[in-house]
Amino acid sequence: MKATHDDKLLWGMAIDLDKCTGCGACSVACQAENNIGFKGLAGWGRLNLVADESDKLRSITWLKIYRIHNGQPFPDYREAYLPRPCMHCDHHTPCVSVCPSTATTRDEEGGIVSQIYTRCIGCRYCVAACPYHARNFNWFDQHFPPGSENYLNPDVSVRMRGVVEKCHFCHHRWMLARQKAAHEGQDRHQVTYNTACAEACPTGAIVFGNLKDPGSEVAKWSKSPRAFRLLEKLGTQPKVWYLTSQEWIRQWGDNYLESEKASARKG
Amino acid sequence: MLKFSPVILIGGVLLLYGAVGAVMCLYFGLNQTGMNDYFPFGLWIVFDLVVIALGAGAFFTGFLTYWVNQKQLKDVINAAVVIGFICYSGAVAMLGVDIGQPIRGWFIFWHANIHSMLTEVSYCITTYLVVLIIEFLPAVIENRQIKKIRENRLLAHNFHEFMFIFAGVGAFLSFFHQGSLGGMFGVLYARPFAFREGILIWPWTFFLFIWSAAAVGPAFTTTIVSLTERISGRKLIPFSVKQFYGKICGWMLLTYMIAKSLDTLAWAFSTLPRLGLTFADQFAGGPYGAWLIWIELFLFGWLPALALVNSKVRQNEGLLLGAMILAWVGVIFNRFTFIVVSLAIPVLPFEKFQGYMFTWPELGIAVGLIGYGIIVYGLSYRYLPLFPREKELNPA
Repeated sequence: MKATHDDKLLWGMAIDLDKCTGCGACSVACQAENNIGFKGLAGWGRLNLVADESDKLRSITWLKIYRIHNGQPFPDYREAYLPRPCMHCDHHTPCVSVCPSTATTRDEEGGIVSQIYTRCIGCRYCVAACPYHARNFNWFDQHFPPGSENYLNPDVSVRMRGVVEKCHFCHHRWMLARQKAAHEGQDRHQVTYNTACAEACPTGAIVFGNLKDPGSEVAKWSKSPRAFRLLEKLGTQPKVWYLTSQEWIRQWGDNYLESEKASARKG
Repeated sequence: MLKFSPVILIGGVLLLYGAVGAVMCLYFGLNQTGMNDYFPFGLWIVFDLVVIALGAGAFFTGFLTYWVNQKQLKDVINAAVVIGFICYSGAVAMLGVDIGQPIRGWFIFWHANIHSMLTEVSYCITTYLVVLIIEFLPAVIENRQIKKIRENRLLAHNFHEFMFIFAGVGAFLSFFHQGSLGGMFGVLYARPFAFREGILIWPWTFFLFIWSAAAVGPAFTTTIVSLTERISGRKLIPFSVKQFYGKICGWMLLTYMIAKSLDTLAWAFSTLPRLGLTFADQFAGGPYGAWLIWIELFLFGWLPALALVNSKVRQNEGLLLGAMILAWVGVIFNRFTFIVVSLAIPVLPFEKFQGYMFTWPELGIAVGLIGYGIIVYGLSYRYLPLFPREKELNPA
C-alpha cells in the first residue's frame, strides 16, 4: 500500500503486441516455471465430477493470451494477441487493499504484488476486486500426472486447494539472483533477472526489468509513444506496458465513450 | 402440537439438505459450487448480505427500545433478537463453508488487514453475534422450567437491567458492519459497476447499506411475526406496534430512496462517463438488464416508501404488510445486483460476459440456513416468552 521505499527499483514488463504472434510459449513457460498443475478429480461414485480442463473459467492460468480483432469484415479484418500477466498495479493495488488476512502484498522493494498461499483463507475478495482477471482460485486440488512431479520447479511451492494464486513476476528468480550475488560478494540490490515468459518469447515481444533504470530495455519501451496500459482510466497504474502502432489495438486497452473514440480517430 | 410438528419437520428436512451440501463443499472443495474465477462470489454471499440486512431488526429495535425510549417495542424485541440471532449465526456458519480454507478463518483476526472492509465486517459480525447471544440469553432463562430456579430468575433480572448497554454496543457494531458490507463493494474502484465515491474512506454505499438495513430490518421482523400469527392462529403483538414499525420503515425508506436515487444518478452521469462507460454499457450483456435497477428503485423502493409514510395505508393490516414485504424484497434485489451484476459486467473491453448458476449442493447450504432459522425460531416460540403480551391479547 505504501509507496516503494527504494525509488531506484520498480520491476515492470513491456509487451510489444506488434511482435506477438500468439504462439503461447510465454504461457507454457509460465505454467512449467511456476508448477501449475492440472485439476484434480472430485466427488465419489455416481457423483464423481470429472475435472473439465476445457472449463477455462476454473483453470489456473497466470498468463492468459487473449485474441482481439478489429471487428471489420474481410479484407479489412485484423487480429492481434494480447498476453495478460498480473498487472502488478502500483497505485492502491485493488487486490492488496481488500485482502482481509494480509495474504497479498505489494512489496515495498520492487513493487511486486505477491501472494502468500499459506496465509490465504480463500475468501476470493481479491478475485472480485481485480478488473484484469489476473487472479485464479484453486477450485480443485492440483494434480500432477505420475512422473510429472519429477519436473516440478523446486524453487516454487505448489499450492493447495482453496487458495488464490497469481503471477508474481517469477519472484523466486529474483531471490535466487540475490542469493547468487550475495554469495559472490556483489551488491544484491543491483541484481537484475528475467521472467520465464520473457525468456521464452521467440520473437522478443516481452521485456522485463527495472522501470527505474533509464538504461533498461523495459524503461525505454515504457516511454515509447507506442506504449499504453490496460484500463488506465481506473487509476490502478499497472506496471505492465503494451506497445502497438495500431490504433484499433490501443482502443481495446480501455473503455471509451463514443465521443472519445471519434476524437481519437481524428487525432 | 399439530401445527408445531410439521413446521419443525420442514425445517429439519431443509437443514438436512444443507448439511449434505456443506459436507460436499467442505470435503470435495468449492468445485461443487457453480462459482468460478469470474464469479468468485455467488449465491452464498448474496444470501449472507441479505440475511444480515434482514436481521437488522434486532439492533434497530434494541436501539429504539433502550436508547430512544420506545417502550411499546418491548412487545416485539425478543422476537427481533431471535430473528437477528438466526440471521447472524446462519451467516457466520455459511461463511465458514464459503471460504476456501475454513480452518484458516481465524487468520482474519490474526493477520488482520485494517485497510480491508471485509476485516471490519468479520470483526463486527463476530462481536455482534456475541452481543446477540447475550441479548438472547434472558429469553432463554425465562423458559418456564429454567426460571423455576431462583438464581436463574435473578440472573435474568440482572440481564434486563443492563440490556441497554448491549443494545447500545449492538447498535454501534451493527452500524459499522452493515456499512462495511456496503463499503466492501463501493471500494472496488476497479469495478465500475460497484464503485462509488464517498467521504474520506467511506464510499456512499457504506451509508446506503446501513440506512437500508435499518429501514427494512423491522419490516422483516414484522413479516415473520405476522406469519407466526397466521400459522399459530394467535395474536402476538398489538397492531399499534406493527403500525409504529411501518411508520419507522416508511420514513427511513423514503429518506433512503432519496439518497439511493441521487447516488444512482451521480454514478450514471459522473462516475461511469469518467471511466469511459455509460449506464447502458453496464446492462448490455446477459440476463441482468436495467430492469433490475428500475424494479429495485420503483416497485421495491419508492412504492413501499410512499405507501408506508401514508397513515391510511398503515391502518390497513394487509396493505401495511404488503408494503413492508415489498420493502425488504427490495433490499434482496439491491444486494443481488451489487454482488452478482458487479461481477458479471466485464471491465476489460475484450472480455466477455460470463454467466453463473448455482449448483444443488450450493443451494442446499442457503436452504439449510432457512431450515435452521425455522427450527430455532419455532423452538423459541414454543418454549420461550417471545411475545410478553401473547396471553393478554388472546383471552381464553
